[in-house]
This record gives sequence, C-alpha cells and structure tokens, in this order.
Amino acid sequence: MATVELRFSALPEHVRTARLVAAAVARRAGVDEAVLDEVRLAVGEACSRAVGLHQAAGVTEPVRVALIEEEKQFSIEVGDEAPRSAPGDRASGGAADTDVETEEDEMGLAVISGLVDDVEVTAGDYGGLIRMTWPTTPPGVALT
Amino acid sequence: MDLSLSTRTVGDRTVVEVGGEIDVYTAPKLREQLVELVNDGNFHLVVDMEGVDFLDSTGLGVLVGGLKRVRAHEGSLRLVCNQERILKIFRITGLTKVFPIHTSVEEAVAATD
Repeated sequence: MATVELRFSALPEHVRTARLVAAAVARRAGVDEAVLDEVRLAVGEACSRAVGLHQAAGVTEPVRVALIEEEKQFSIEVGDEAPRSAPGDRASGGAADTDVETEEDEMGLAVISGLVDDVEVTAGDYGGLIRMTWPTTPPGVALT
Repeated sequence: MDLSLSTRTVGDRTVVEVGGEIDVYTAPKLREQLVELVNDGNFHLVVDMEGVDFLDSTGLGVLVGGLKRVRAHEGSLRLVCNQERILKIFRITGLTKVFPIHTSVEEAVAATD
C-alpha cells in the first residue's frame, strides 16, 4: 500500500500541490536533499502530462499520485485514465493541435527521463502510468 | 507561489523580470506577456530568471515559443540565469544550445552576437 495517495481534479492549478506533497513525503522517506529538486520537477512533469491527457480526452476522473516508501527506495506513481488512441483518432481538435500536444507531452517525458534514472512508462487502453524510483537513506542509519 | 512579471526598457532591449514558479498553471501568463511584447514591436528581449524558483517543460515551451516569435522579426531572446537547478533543465533538454544564457542583465543587454 502507498504511504500517501493523492487524487486531484485534472486542473493545472493542482499540479503544484502534488509537487509539494511529493517533495515533503520524499524528504521524510529519506530521499537525499540534493535530489529533492529533481523529485519535485519529475512529479510535476508527470502530473502536468496526466492533466493534459485528461483534458485533451475529456476525462473527468481525477489524476492519481501514489507515493510509496519502501525499503531503501522511494517510488512515485502517477496514473492517468486517458484512453490511448491512434493519431488522428481524436474526436475534437485538428491535426495541428494534436501535433502540439504530442510535442509538449514528449518534452515532459524527455525531462523525466533526463532526471530520473529509474523510470517506467506504461500505457494501455484505459490509461497510463509513470513510475519513478529513487534510492533512500533511512533516518538514523549511518552510511558505511 | 504565483508568477510575478515586470518589464523595463534598457536601450533597445526589453528586460522581462520573472519571479516565482513557471509551471503548467502559470506558464500561460508568461506566454501572454511575451506575445504582447512582440506584438507591440519589442523584438530584443532579455528574460531575467534570477527570481525563478521553479521551471518545468511547460515554461521551456513558452520560452522556445517566445524565441520563435522574436526570430520571425530578426530579434533576439536572451536569458539571465545563475541558478544551477534551473540551468540543469536547459542542459538536459539541450536548450543551452538554443538560448544565449548570461550571468547578468548588464551582460545580456550588452551582448550583440
């Protein structure tokens, strides 16, 4: 089970909240202070992407963020419920819009993969999931 | 924290001082500001990012959009940034090759290349 779970309406103004919560839980879990900026940015990118996908597909379900503390590692899962469709399949918007959205989507993913060493991106008919993992140092345990 | 924007003119350059967080929520405000400046005939922009606490790919997209707009008028868009965590995002996306990045507003305003 996740340490903290967050569900928010797919609106840009809530992405900042997700960033702040994720960074706070990551800090508590023992993610290195120097890496917290990366955690904040990566989770923001994943959430922005999910919000964009929900809005583009007219999905009213919330975006899901799971913050998972495990032994020696901390993971964040950002899940969307936007169905994946073939290019041009989209009900609304012309081809130009689709291209711009795809570009922005790829930019976000490029930042995530540049920042996070351990990242998994999966997508199916009913949505997608980005899982990112960072190593942790448990509090009170000295490095040897 | 929200986004703060202020502009001033230095010679033939327009300096846009940005503060706060540039993300998926606030980036549209920066886009509007840049579009408005270009529409008003300001084609040599210096974006001062020293007060920026957070920048994501949406913000990068807006800056690239601004660059495309000024270039259409043979203008320029220079950035001022010394913050490592912000510079890192430009590096991992390869945008350090696209934007001239300066260490001070004075340097950016004086640059001509």
